[in-house]
Amino acid sequence: MNLNLTLVGQAISFAIFVWFCMKFVWPPVIAALEERSKKIADGLEAANRASRDLELAQEQADKILRDSKENAAEIIEQANKRANQMIDEAKEQVIADGKRLREAAQAEIEQDALRAKEALRAQVSALAFAGAEKILGATIDEKAHSEIVEQLAKEL
Amino acid sequence: MGIESPSAASYIKHHLQNLTFGQHPDGTWGFAHSAKEAAEMGFWAIHVDTLAVSVALGLLFLWLFRIAAKKASTDTPTGLQNFVELMVEFVDGSVKETFHGKSKVIAPLALTIFVWVFLLNLMDLVPVDFLPAVAQFIGVNVFGADPHHVYFKFVPTTDLNATLGMSLSVFVLIVFYSIKVKGISGFVGELTLQPFGKWMIPFNFLLEGVGLLAKPVSLALRLFGNLYAGELIFILIALLPWGLQWALSVPWAIFHILVIVLQAFIFMMLTIVYLSMAHEDH
Repeated sequence: MNLNLTLVGQAISFAIFVWFCMKFVWPPVIAALEERSKKIADGLEAANRASRDLELAQEQADKILRDSKENAAEIIEQANKRANQMIDEAKEQVIADGKRLREAAQAEIEQDALRAKEALRAQVSALAFAGAEKILGATIDEKAHSEIVEQLAKEL
Repeated sequence: MGIESPSAASYIKHHLQNLTFGQHPDGTWGFAHSAKEAAEMGFWAIHVDTLAVSVALGLLFLWLFRIAAKKASTDTPTGLQNFVELMVEFVDGSVKETFHGKSKVIAPLALTIFVWVFLLNLMDLVPVDFLPAVAQFIGVNVFGADPHHVYFKFVPTTDLNATLGMSLSVFVLIVFYSIKVKGISGFVGELTLQPFGKWMIPFNFLLEGVGLLAKPVSLALRLFGNLYAGELIFILIALLPWGLQWALSVPWAIFHILVIVLQAFIFMMLTIVYLSMAHEDH
């Protein structure tokens, strides 16, 4: 085994290779690696944040849904109540109207009857006068005897 | 070819000899035609095969990773980019686990070491005769060389020069950062004033000096030894009759997949540890 200049040649080429590697190979690769790992870390963090946001949004959506359900139930209840109330009111109204109508009819009937009676009475008195005139053959002072006739008519 | 045959030894030797270029003792320059000639060239020679393969694989590494680095974005990665990011992330994690200071150099250094050493080791899994045969073919037909003189040892990490070249670079960085962080006095103090205090300075220096020098030496020898031994086993398996080779080479290769990754990882890890020790103040 001879030690010779090869040793120096090897050392020189080694130095050149290391220099080249240090200048042109290592920095770009390691920079890319570091940048990529940073990118991945950022991505992971973003994913975490997004899932947290999603959770939050889900919660919010649930809350809104719950609220609106409650609201809807309340509205329905109110509507029901209002409907019942309206029905009751309508019923009362109808009953009151019926009563009033009946009363009015009754009153009219009574009035009619009264008027008929009156008319009848008048006619009876006239008839009575006419009859009496005929019977007596003389004219009776209508005024003087109307009292008697009226009394008679009332007795009818 | 049986192990007992006389050519077995020369086969092994041929496989373990680097293609060496340097100055012959007579003053002419050229390739060594034998191990003896290569040894005679002394220090001022180079192993062409080791350098060529390691530079080619280093360029392959940088080319692949540069493509991915250019396309690097925060989009979903695909194919090559996935692989590159995986490697970068793995190395970055290893560095951050061990090294707590701030340094722009250590992580890319660790990545280069890991991938480059892995690729160099990976050559171990290429069949032992494949690339030498290609080299021999080119050597004979293009350069008109004697086929016996075309050596080609294609696993660079089985060449101590390659591993020592890297580990000495790491050693230089250790010393550099030690001085940068602790100052010269701090570094010298670390070498001389512990573990036994100022009355034992020579002894401390001896102890710490050996400890310091052991780092690059052990780093280089561990990688070299593992791969050299593994390659030697492959060469020995290649001496068996061809019908039997698979029975041994396949399990050994599968086992070696683990070894080459592990050795690349150990080299990287120890580099990080040594450099983080250099950054620490006692």
